[in-house]
Amino acid sequence: MTFTRGFSGRRARDPRLPPGQYDVGNDWPVLTAEATPRLSTDNWTFTVDGLVKEKTSWTWAEIMALPRSQFMGDIHCVTTWSKLGVSFAGVSVDTLLAAAQPEPSASYVLASSTTGYTTNLPLADVTNGQAWVVWEYDGRPLAREHGGPARLLVPHLYFWKSAKWVSGLTLMDHDQPGFWEQNGYHDRGDPWKEQRYQGD
Amino acid sequence: MGLTGGPAGGFPRPGPWQMAKVTEIRRETATAKTFRLELPIPVSFLAGQHFIIRLTAPDGYVAQRSYSVGSAPASEDPSSAVELTVERLPDGEVSSFLHDVVAVGDELEVRGAIGGWFVWRGDTPAVLIGGGSGVVPLMSMLRLARQEGRAELLRVIVSVRTPGDLYYPDELPGPQTTVVYTRATPPDWPRPAGRLAVADLAGVDPGATGFICGSARFADPATSVLEEAGIPASQIRVERFGPTG
Repeated sequence: MTFTRGFSGRRARDPRLPPGQYDVGNDWPVLTAEATPRLSTDNWTFTVDGLVKEKTSWTWAEIMALPRSQFMGDIHCVTTWSKLGVSFAGVSVDTLLAAAQPEPSASYVLASSTTGYTTNLPLADVTNGQAWVVWEYDGRPLAREHGGPARLLVPHLYFWKSAKWVSGLTLMDHDQPGFWEQNGYHDRGDPWKEQRYQGD
Repeated sequence: MGLTGGPAGGFPRPGPWQMAKVTEIRRETATAKTFRLELPIPVSFLAGQHFIIRLTAPDGYVAQRSYSVGSAPASEDPSSAVELTVERLPDGEVSSFLHDVVAVGDELEVRGAIGGWFVWRGDTPAVLIGGGSGVVPLMSMLRLARQEGRAELLRVIVSVRTPGDLYYPDELPGPQTTVVYTRATPPDWPRPAGRLAVADLAGVDPGATGFICGSARFADPATSVLEEAGIPASQIRVERFGPTG
């Protein structure tokens, strides 16, 4: 290991922080590649399609009527900030997939947003209580700049996987790189393995 | 929409971690310094990309942050040096170390270049709007344009609070650049102090790509102004930064 001359570091390391991450505290940086869209819940829809038995869409009222699910824990951005002890509420992706019924050949998903943003994930990373579509943050409606009215939440992976303004999931039998993944970022993005960039 | 597809030149994979030597440190403003780093392993980069600096303490504690490259890619690719301009944030663990401790001759562990979206390849019309330290990646684009004799492709608008907050004050001015002062202007400045407005963007090419870089508080209003000036949202690329440190 190479040390940096004169650097001792300032803070005790919180065990909740993956390697190379720092605790951003009460801030919540906004990092987005595109203009922030203004979306109305009046014509909002969310669709699960691709390799499923029943392509299924929900309106805002329909998704709000599904069983509510919450996440409390930590989120980690590839730009090295982490936010500890946050809470989100929405619906589990398991609930959405149960309605659409994935085909046995489905092994990856591509999440899409209204802005054209996409991100790819192994199906195994969005099932078994690991992923949500959320519309509440700390008990309040999710703010527009943080992806409101609703975003994907996959907190065990770097946060670019948690697509803002999410509009659907497409199930696939192969891994198709999304927006940041085509721009040099890792296909899976596990913060504990520091899978930041292609080739990590 | 503007977010589909990857970069035309393939996937820009970042180079390896390497120990770069600090060969020059320049003060830009009271709170910003530029660090020139010599790269033992030269790196191809595009104007607008950033590098990571990683500091390691003797006990293994690590802190790393991303900083935009302000220098232009070398005419002869790859580049064997880059310049990173770093704003010193009051609580910034890394930025205050770089400002207060690092000296010419030190070695810093770096990796780059990162980011394939907020990049300008030097051959298409672009409107660059930077707030405060958000000018850094745009300066790389402006320097590239001037170096290649293509400055006419760019309109550059930089917003700062006061004259003392302007980065690269000797180099930035030119026929393609406009400086907007929001709180205080230099003496006899024609434009009164005030926030960026659509009048500051008169005559922008509606076919240009918009690059906006600054804090979240700057970037959202700047995006609205650029849309008002006739550039559709699908042609606008934004790099927002929150408090990092």
